[in-house]
Amino acid sequence: MLITRVLVLTIALIAATATAHAQISDGIVKIGVMNDQSGTYADITGPGSTTAARLAVEDFGAAKKGLKVEIVVADHLNKPDVGSSIARQWYDAEKVDVIVDVPTSSVALAINQITRDKGKAFLVSGAATSDLTGKACSPNTIHWTYDTWALANGTGSAIVKTGGDTWFFLTADYAFGHALERDTEAVVVKNGGKVLGKVRHPFPTADFSSFLLQAQASKAKIIGLANAGADTTNAIKQGAEFGIVKGGQQFAGLLVFISDVHALSLEKANGLVLTEAFYWDLNDKTRAWSKRFAEKQHGAMPTMVQAGVYSAVLHYLKAVEALKSDDGTKVIAKMKEMPTDDPLFGKGVVRADGRKIHPMYLFEVKKPAEAKGPWDYYKVRATIPTEQAFRPLDQGECPLVKK
Amino acid sequence: MPAGEEISTVFGVPVQALFGQVLIGLINGAFYAMLSLGLSVIFGLLNIINFAHGALYMTGAFAAYFLLQWAGLGYWWSLLLAPIAVGLLGVVLEKTMLKRLYHLDHLYGLLLTFGIALIIQGGFRNEFGSSGLPYAIPSQLTGGYNLGFMFLPTYRAWVVVFSIVVCVGTWVVIERTRLGAYLRAATENPTLVRAFGINVPRMITLTYGFGVALAGLAGVLAAPIYQVNPLMGADLIIVVFAVVVIGGMGSIMGSIVTGFTLGIVEGFTKVFYPEASNTVIFVIMALVLLVRPAGLFGRTA
Amino acid sequence: MTATVKDYVVAPPVFVAAAWPRHQMLAFAVMVGLLVIAPFVAYPVFLMKALCFALFACAFNLLIGYVGLLSFGHAAFLGTAGYVSAHSAKVWGLPPELAILAGTATAAGLGLVIGALTIRSRGIYFANITLAFAQMVFFFSVQAKFTGGEDGIQAVPQGRLLGVLDLQQTYTLYFVVLAIFLIGFLVVYRAIHSPFGQVLKAVRENEPRAISLGYRAEHYKLMAFVLSATLSGLAGGTKALVFQLASLTDVHWTMSGEVVLMTLLGGLGTVFGPAVGAFIVIGLEHWLAQLGSWLTIVQGAIFVVCVLTFRRGVVGELSRLLRKPL
Repeated sequence: MLITRVLVLTIALIAATATAHAQISDGIVKIGVMNDQSGTYADITGPGSTTAARLAVEDFGAAKKGLKVEIVVADHLNKPDVGSSIARQWYDAEKVDVIVDVPTSSVALAINQITRDKGKAFLVSGAATSDLTGKACSPNTIHWTYDTWALANGTGSAIVKTGGDTWFFLTADYAFGHALERDTEAVVVKNGGKVLGKVRHPFPTADFSSFLLQAQASKAKIIGLANAGADTTNAIKQGAEFGIVKGGQQFAGLLVFISDVHALSLEKANGLVLTEAFYWDLNDKTRAWSKRFAEKQHGAMPTMVQAGVYSAVLHYLKAVEALKSDDGTKVIAKMKEMPTDDPLFGKGVVRADGRKIHPMYLFEVKKPAEAKGPWDYYKVRATIPTEQAFRPLDQGECPLVKK
Repeated sequence: MPAGEEISTVFGVPVQALFGQVLIGLINGAFYAMLSLGLSVIFGLLNIINFAHGALYMTGAFAAYFLLQWAGLGYWWSLLLAPIAVGLLGVVLEKTMLKRLYHLDHLYGLLLTFGIALIIQGGFRNEFGSSGLPYAIPSQLTGGYNLGFMFLPTYRAWVVVFSIVVCVGTWVVIERTRLGAYLRAATENPTLVRAFGINVPRMITLTYGFGVALAGLAGVLAAPIYQVNPLMGADLIIVVFAVVVIGGMGSIMGSIVTGFTLGIVEGFTKVFYPEASNTVIFVIMALVLLVRPAGLFGRTA
Repeated sequence: MTATVKDYVVAPPVFVAAAWPRHQMLAFAVMVGLLVIAPFVAYPVFLMKALCFALFACAFNLLIGYVGLLSFGHAAFLGTAGYVSAHSAKVWGLPPELAILAGTATAAGLGLVIGALTIRSRGIYFANITLAFAQMVFFFSVQAKFTGGEDGIQAVPQGRLLGVLDLQQTYTLYFVVLAIFLIGFLVVYRAIHSPFGQVLKAVRENEPRAISLGYRAEHYKLMAFVLSATLSGLAGGTKALVFQLASLTDVHWTMSGEVVLMTLLGGLGTVFGPAVGAFIVIGLEHWLAQLGSWLTIVQGAIFVVCVLTFRRGVVGELSRLLRKPL
């Protein structure tokens, strides 16, 4: 059975140095980009992640270094059974060496296990669950970009410190939503805030009017949205209708991406506070790269997940080059050894538990009048330094971390 | 709250808040009623279980979106034109495909329309992804009223009023006019009605078109408040089925009453046991079917 | 007078005491032969998935093809058995054969409960009420802690079957799954070609008459329902162990729709149809996985084409060509 390769990036053999091929499995480094190509998360990850991976291979200069790199793509439909089928097929039959991206925590956890069983490599950019560097940590996985702890910590503590000390949670009723709510509640309480109430809505929900009424009745200053994708955007859109923001309350998006803001438009989303690891307009380097990205993606700016894919693939290739091997476990170990450096996240490090660390940013969505151009959506409210952005190494219960 | 004044509560929820939820439930019920009305009309008069209803509702919302994007025609135009477009699509579907199944078991109609729904949904999803497209509330209907116990957006009030008008209007046409009488007679005994010179196949086609036009109309109503996205009808369709079944397949009044009632029941569930709000309708459906297999107002199959 | 599903179903073969019709024996031998060679030619994990679904479709076909009842809630049995098997293997540490049995038994129990409540309905009402119960099972699966919500139950251990066969070896696992499929297949076959099957046929053709002859029609229908649910559970439990995962996908109503698609495509009421249909649909999913939403469109198109012009399904049409029931 074949899965037809949609994207193949092959490098000419001419300048190849034979030694570089010696320990690379069948001479090719095969990167599998697996994510949601057509569903709720397609704009957050999707084809954009493939573009980001391609840019990374390009910037790495695989051709000049004589490394043959190929990229294959698959859509996991946000289902763990589909994702694990594809992963098995890729590892067993297609000789894929590393899987990248994978949004949707349930899928990422499944692939985390399979990658470990087969000794390959897994670079997660899309999924959120902090368990990937906690209970489920693995010597074959690195969790890039962000996780629930970082989001909860960033958004939660920053908001409480700036006066948003009473909260009401609107939580999606599934494991991810509960985890996000739990992590954020812990942070809010730790910083002296109070949680006035919470309501769990079925996942997914189209109509939030009833839950928004309850949020309004609580009179909490902050309405924390412990959900993602369409649930978040629907809640915000309907919140505008019910005059939530006009009534003096503020939404805190616990998992919001720039593509969501784009879909909502500034009229609806202005005032929203969120935490992300990357924004295209942060500095010259991010701007330059994002422009290249946008050219290939019909003008859409990269989300932090897509930027993370670029960063992860780049670092992976550097490690492969240094090791002259694409053996999963060894490459991951090498990636933890080597410090990271790329134009998008700057200098960083991969920790023993597989957590890549870098600064996180607290953003606020601009009002329509403040935006000076397309995609000019965020203003920086705070920068959370690397040391504080992620869960401390010793709190994760990761068996790989020596106490 | 001045000292000594008590808030009356029902199971720990303030009565004031409950009024708000009931009103919200009524608004959601309006959608259920309109959609199940279309389904009921189609089943009652055509014996077709139209699984494509959700997809056609979604098409109506997209039609409104397209009318705005490509023709610059706003909401009020869409209210008129989008249902007509969807109705025409329905006519095409009926003439090319559904017609051939009338002599077969109902279940084939279900399977065919299920397939049509998959095609329509897949097609839209291919083109537009699933993130949802924005559609603004028309300026005449923005804002809202502060009712004391809640803030009621004008648009939502409009949805309820308009739906009631449409539902009652449809009921009147079918139950009280001559056209409706012909339609009802044609279902009972098509041969005899045809003998009277009435073009039965054309009536059936138009009825299907009208039923799905109602779905399209519901889609236009939904566009400003729910994101216009290809999956908006997918999970809604099984709920609407439940509404129709509870009301009694083929009973117009049954669908209308059940739709509104279930909206309110769902609203209550959202307060007391929100996680179950998607499922309570099925529990009720199972209970009703066990006690009254033909539904509350239905005629026996 | 509307024709019913049964009129478009290929008539099952006449009951011949203790002997298989020769052409069916041949077809069976071909099927077994192909399935034995297959893992050496194609990717075994894909084949195992297809086998599990083939069993599921055979079980479903028992109800719709031979009893004439369209259940729109069969996913409840597949998924629940999957959860129970996964949980018993992972948390209770049961060996694989007991884990699968646990799942199957749970599905049987669930089938008894739901069947008892729904069997009196028929036609579209039956479809609706089975859907309603399946939705309740779905809701329960989302809420219950042990199912893991949308994460599902992951990393289910495969263990050693009967203490001897190491299921972590791909080929060993494959042949075990094949054996399970064949057992299930033969159970269905035997059920149809037996006095029990004859009564079912009588009930389907003319229920009042069957009752007047003294047969408790509802009991027979219920038995068929429970058998269908049990075998669906067997498929679900096996699947959970093969993929080491039990997830919400298996209890979602679209899964119920998928098994309808497989059976319809393969041929309602044929012996080999559901298996063929399952292989085709799973194969399509595999092939079209790259193309995202095109898969949905293709599935929809198959439904439409099948209902309009291809009601007998692949095996049904083949059967008509050969003029022999398959």
